[in-house]
Amino acid sequence: MTAVFLVLSAFLASAVEMVEALTIVLAVGVTRDWRSTLTGVGTAVVALAAIVAALGPALTLVPIDRLRLVVGALLLVFGLQWLRKAILRASGYVSLHDEEAAFARETEEARAAGRERRAGLDWYAFTIAFKGVLLEGLEVAFIVLTFGSAQGSIPLAALGAGVAVVLVVVAGLVANEPLTRVPENTLKFAVGTMLTTFGIFWAAEGTGADWPGGDAALPVVLAFVLLVSFAFVALLRRQRPALA
Amino acid sequence: MRALRRFGRFWWDFVIGDDWRVAAGVALALGGSAALAAAGEPAWWLLPLAVALVLYLSLRRAAG
Repeated sequence: MTAVFLVLSAFLASAVEMVEALTIVLAVGVTRDWRSTLTGVGTAVVALAAIVAALGPALTLVPIDRLRLVVGALLLVFGLQWLRKAILRASGYVSLHDEEAAFARETEEARAAGRERRAGLDWYAFTIAFKGVLLEGLEVAFIVLTFGSAQGSIPLAALGAGVAVVLVVVAGLVANEPLTRVPENTLKFAVGTMLTTFGIFWAAEGTGADWPGGDAALPVVLAFVLLVSFAFVALLRRQRPALA
Repeated sequence: MRALRRFGRFWWDFVIGDDWRVAAGVALALGGSAALAAAGEPAWWLLPLAVALVLYLSLRRAAG
């Protein structure tokens, strides 16, 4: 059960981040220069692989109780960021993330930028693609490493993330445009819920608490987080007209 | 020095995000959970309730 949640969480988080990275890469590639853009993407992927390869084995050396406390606390703070933003979006306080608008903005900026060449590359295309993939990918790497190490299976978490990367890249190649039909805001809500659930579960175990029923408590925690999140969305939606 | 500050800023934004009070609330709740567990009392209930409270307060501030 936990393994399914683990793969699913890594998959969803990775899919969301990769959709955003794809938008940046497409915008820069279409308007500037594909060779420089793809070199930026490749360099970022190598950097991300190096981060995971360096930190992954190191994390497995930490005793599991301490690891779960640290990882749980980090996931909880990180997950609550996602969940808070997702609730504010779902209730209309923050505008929904729109890949089409993001693509238009990136394209315009790419057209307006100067044409500096370094190492035979269009430097703007290279750096924007590199930064976009690295920053979006860093969140995926963080989730893969924390989930994987706390559950004792980094390869399983990496598998979930890897499948998402392949799917998004293939879908992007086929569509050759930003993936606007991916329900990104819903996915972000789901990821925020899962990160928060695992954060609560592992951090509590790390502090020495015992869950009634052991791992079977995980779906109950998930249901609780979902219930609380939906209740907050409903509450904020009700308050909104009164505030306007 | 500037690069170091930017590096710190990046990780702060990455992990802590828009509302540092959420992280502070989580830290307090973890302390409470550890204290309960050390005293031999059931502690599993504290973190879910604390998370709901911290989230509510943060959302209320953001929406206010």
